Amino acid sequence: MPIQYYIYLCLALFSIGVTGVLTRRNAIVVFMCIELMLNAVNLLLVAFSKMFHGYALIENTTSTTGIDAQIFVFFIMVVAAAEVSVGLAIIVMMYRNTHSVDINFLNRLKN
Amino acid sequence: MSIIQILFFALSAFAIISAVMVLISKNPIHSVLWLILVFFAISGHYILLNAQFLAIVNIIVYAGAIMVLFLFVIMLINVKKDSEPQKQFLVKLLGVVAGGSFLTLLVALVKQTGQLQGRTLLMKDGVIGLIHPLGKALFNEYVVPFEISSVLFLSAMVGAVIIGKK
Repeated sequence: MPIQYYIYLCLALFSIGVTGVLTRRNAIVVFMCIELMLNAVNLLLVAFSKMFHGYALIENTTSTTGIDAQIFVFFIMVVAAAEVSVGLAIIVMMYRNTHSVDINFLNRLKN
Repeated sequence: MSIIQILFFALSAFAIISAVMVLISKNPIHSVLWLILVFFAISGHYILLNAQFLAIVNIIVYAGAIMVLFLFVIMLINVKKDSEPQKQFLVKLLGVVAGGSFLTLLVALVKQTGQLQGRTLLMKDGVIGLIHPLGKALFNEYVVPFEISSVLFLSAMVGAVIIGKK
């Protein structure tokens, strides 16, 4: 499988996430689109790790080249879980103060 | 076309269609459910790449924990279906144009990059996605980041509780 196919797929998912952030006004949906972008990047990291692993296997059959990328993906998931818990707490707090999850209310942060 | 290519294109189409449905669903709960489908498609891609550990973690952490948190918050704050204010049509159009031109720019860049021409990736072979090598690497070279991430989780938990209690 050529690496370009995976790059195009991940670019499409990432661009859909960017478009969602730009077009939606619900803070929760915007947050979900950010998660979508994170996942597109994760998939691309895994694809590149497999690409370099494949080329390293030709020279050395016991090579573990590319394992760093999968560890990075694991840590990205860890950080994303922590980020989501804090972000959703902020959204709940914002809803309590303004009774809305419209991000246009956040263009004036005072009061 | 081999079975791997068929699976790749089916999963890709599934992922992209579900991702578009995340954007165009009016109800945020439907958006969450479509996003769970996107994560399942991405897990399918991980299995196709023989990254079995990440496939399972993706389902457990993303589709299981994070999306349930989203659903829980949406149900907690009770967003009414029709009350979501829509952006103006012009702003939406500009957003779609910006996203589309971003995609076009990057696709053109990838098409031109010489280093990527003719590169293929290993689809179903290779051991680096299995639990044994990943665990060895995680607890030997990456043990310090692993412990730091536990501190990060603790601080995130404290932060979420403090923000939520006010």
